Amino acid sequence: MAFTATLETVSEATSKIILSGELDASTAPTFKAEVEKAAGTPMKRLVLDLRNLEYMASAGLRVLIYAKQKIGADTDLYVVSPQEPVLHTLTVTGFDQSVFIVPSEADIPA
Amino acid sequence: MDRIDIHPTHTYGDFKLRRGKPLPFGATLEPGGVNFSIFSSHAKSCSLVLFKRHELEPFAEIPFPDSFRIGNVFCMVVFDLDYENIEYGYRMDGPFSFQEGHWFDTSKILMDPYAKVIGGRDVWGVTPDWSNPYQHRARLSFDDFDWEDDRPLEIPPEDQIIYEMHVRSFTQHPSAGVKHPGTFAAIRDKIPYLKELGVTSIELMPVYEFDEFENSRPNPHTGETLYNYWGYSTVGFFAPKAGYAATGKFGMQVDELKALIKDLHKNGIEVILDVVFNHTAEGNEQGPTISYRGIDNRTYYMLTPEGYYFNFSGCGNTLNCNNPIVRNMVLDCLRYWAAEYHIDGFRFDLASILGRDPWGAPLANPPLLETLAFDPILAKCKLIAEAWDAGGLYQVGSFPAFGRWAEWNGKYRDGIRKFLKGEPGRVGDMAQRLQGSPDLYAWAGRAPATSINFITAHDGFTLADLVSYNDKHNEANGENNNDGGNDNDSWNCGAEGWTDDPGINALRSRQMKNAIAMLLVSQGVPMILMGDEVGRSQNGNNNTYCHDNELNWFNWELVNTNAGLFRFVKSCVAFRRIHPVFRNRWHFRNTDYVGSGYADITWHGTKAWNADWSNDCRTIAFLLCGKHAKEGTMPDNYIYVAMNMHWDAHWFEIPGLPPGLNWHVFANTGAPSPADCWEPGSEPALDNQSGILLGDRSVVILVGK
Repeated sequence: MAFTATLETVSEATSKIILSGELDASTAPTFKAEVEKAAGTPMKRLVLDLRNLEYMASAGLRVLIYAKQKIGADTDLYVVSPQEPVLHTLTVTGFDQSVFIVPSEADIPA
Repeated sequence: MDRIDIHPTHTYGDFKLRRGKPLPFGATLEPGGVNFSIFSSHAKSCSLVLFKRHELEPFAEIPFPDSFRIGNVFCMVVFDLDYENIEYGYRMDGPFSFQEGHWFDTSKILMDPYAKVIGGRDVWGVTPDWSNPYQHRARLSFDDFDWEDDRPLEIPPEDQIIYEMHVRSFTQHPSAGVKHPGTFAAIRDKIPYLKELGVTSIELMPVYEFDEFENSRPNPHTGETLYNYWGYSTVGFFAPKAGYAATGKFGMQVDELKALIKDLHKNGIEVILDVVFNHTAEGNEQGPTISYRGIDNRTYYMLTPEGYYFNFSGCGNTLNCNNPIVRNMVLDCLRYWAAEYHIDGFRFDLASILGRDPWGAPLANPPLLETLAFDPILAKCKLIAEAWDAGGLYQVGSFPAFGRWAEWNGKYRDGIRKFLKGEPGRVGDMAQRLQGSPDLYAWAGRAPATSINFITAHDGFTLADLVSYNDKHNEANGENNNDGGNDNDSWNCGAEGWTDDPGINALRSRQMKNAIAMLLVSQGVPMILMGDEVGRSQNGNNNTYCHDNELNWFNWELVNTNAGLFRFVKSCVAFRRIHPVFRNRWHFRNTDYVGSGYADITWHGTKAWNADWSNDCRTIAFLLCGKHAKEGTMPDNYIYVAMNMHWDAHWFEIPGLPPGLNWHVFANTGAPSPADCWEPGSEPALDNQSGILLGDRSVVILVGK
C-alpha cells in the first residue's frame, strides 16, 4: 500500500500526523517533511496516528526519534494505536519509553 | 547561504564524489553523503564496493582516486547514497608474500574494521549462504538514539556486585517465558529479577559481532551442531552482535542494545562488556579472510619472522595490540562504546596479551594499558583485566595497573576453593583473600576493589558442579574430554555427579551457601556467575563454549526448585549492600584509628582473639569494627564471621561487643532453610552471647548491634 503522511491541526494545542502504508527508507523523507512542518508551529502535543501504518523500518524509527528531538521536551509525543509489528519495533528499541503510546485518541488528555 | 564544502567535486560513472576526511576512520554520515575512510600501510590501491542490502553481487565499485589518499589513508565522500539500505566493503591491491606477511588479494571483499553495524548473521543460528563472497557486511549506523539524560552510573568500584552472564543463555531456555528469547530485549524483561537478586552491574560475555558458525561442526555423538557459542572471537569490534537482537533482522541491533543499557541504568544497574582484543575471528593461516588480514596483515597481527601467526591467544592468531596503529583502534573502539553506548566498564579477555610487544615479549610499561588508564573519555569506566594469557604470562598481582586496572583474581578463586573443600594449610591464604588480597595489591598502593573476587566464572565449573564433580566431564564438546582445565580444586562431596543421597545433597547445598557467604563478606568486588544463585549445573562440563542448549541456558525453573539457595544468595547480597564495612575503599590497617577500642579487623579462631594459623587448622573467624566502615566515614554495625571447613562441628568463642550491643544471627549455613539466613535488619539475637556451635563445614555471620 502506498505510504501517506497527512498533517492536521486539531486545535491550538494539538497537531496530528496520520500515517498509512509502509514507512521505510524510501517513504521516510515524506514523513520527515510533515514533522518539520508540524514543528514549525507552537503546540503542546504532537499526535501520530499509526492505526493504518502496516510496517516501520529502521528509517521510520529514525524519523520518530527526529520528531521527538525536533519538537522539544515541552511538547508531548503521542503514538496512537500502533499495529502489532510496529508496536514491537517501538518496544524492543526502547522508543516506547520516550513517547506516550495510547490505544485511541480518546485516551489523550485534553 | 548553503555550505559550499559539502558539494561534489568529482564524478565516477553516476556517482558524485568529493575528497574525504581521513578522520574519523570508518563510514560517517555527512551532509548529503557518506565519508569513507580506511587505512592500510601496504596497499597500493583500494576501491569501495557497494551492495544493496543482502545482495550477493555489488551494484557498484568505486576506486579511490589517487588524489584522495592521504598518507596511508584512503578517504572519499560519496553523495546521494541510500544510506539505510547499502552495505559496503573494500577491495585492496598490494603485495602478496607470505614470509613478509602480506596477504593482499583483489578477489576478496573486505569488511571495514571500523564497521558500526555488521550484517550477514542477522538472525542467530541461521545457516549462512557460504557462496556469498562477502559474509560479514559493513553497514552505516546512526547516532540518534534518544538517551534523554542517561549516562554511565559511576558506581564506586568497591560498591559493585557483578553478575557475569551470556546474552543468549540468560533467556533462551523456554522456561524464561519471554517474548524474544535469547536477545537484548529479553534481558530488559528480566531486569526485575536482577534487581531482586541485588547485583549492581552485569558483565556481558562478548557482544561484539562474532560468527557463531566459526568452526561449527556436528557433535560426533549426537549430530547436534556445536557452535562458537560464547563468542570469544571478534569479527568486528565496533558492532553489536546482530543475532543477539530481536530486531537484528531489521538491522536495528544498535537501538535495541542501547534501549537495554538505558533501561538497566534507570534501574541502577551498570553494564560491563567482556571485550576480546587478543585475537580475531580470522583464525590461523587456514582461517577466513574477513577484514584485517586482507587490509593490513602485518599491522594487525603478530607474525613470526617466517610470516606465521603467533598464537598467544590459543585461538590461531594474536592481535598486534602494541603496534601504534592497532593501539589507536582499540582506543577508538572503547571510546566509541563508552560515549555512544554509555558502557560503564570493560573486562579484557586474556589481557596480558595487551602488554606484549609486537614480537610477543612482555613490556614493563605497556603503552596500550597506559593509554587506556589515562584516557579522558574512559576516565570513569571500570577497566578489568583477565590478568593472564594462553602464552604463559600470569600477572595476577602484577598486571601493569597505572592506578586504574582491576584484575580477575585467579588466586582468590583457587584459595577459596581449596579452603572450601577442606584442604589443610589454607587459613593464612584465606585471611589474605578475605581482606581483598592485600598481599597482592596493598604494597603497590592498589585498592581492595582491584580484586575482582570470584569463585566461578564462565570458564570452569559452575558453583553447583564445583560441589558435585571431582573431574571435568567434557565429552559433549567432542574432544575426548581433552579440552577444559584440569586444576578445578573441586570436590563432589561423596559421589560423582547426580545422586539421590540426601546426606550428600544436603552437604552440597551447604557448600554452595558457604561459598556464596565467603564471596560476599570478602573485601574487593564480588562476581557471581549467572545461575549460581539457583544452583545451575552444566553436568560437570567445565568448558561449554560450543553448546547452544541446556548445558548453557539458564533454566528458570531452578528459581522455584532451588528457592532456598536463591533466598540465601539474595540475603547475602542485600547484607553486603547495607553494610559498608564490607566495602572499604582502602586496605585494613590492623589498628584502631577511630578510637572505637577495636581494630578495623581482628582475627579469631575457636578461641576469641586467638586465631590458629597452623597447618591442620580449617577454621577461621574475623571481626569487622563498624566504626571503621569505609575508613570511618560511614556508620555501621560490628560484623563477626566464622568459617568451619572441618568435617567436625566446633564451638567458637565469640569476641565481646562494646556495652549495650548484642550479637544477632544473620546467617548460619549449618541450619536448614529458612533458618539459614534472615532478612537483613530482622536478625534474631543470639541466645548465648559468648559462643556458637558451628556444624561441620559451615559458615556463621553475626551482626553486633
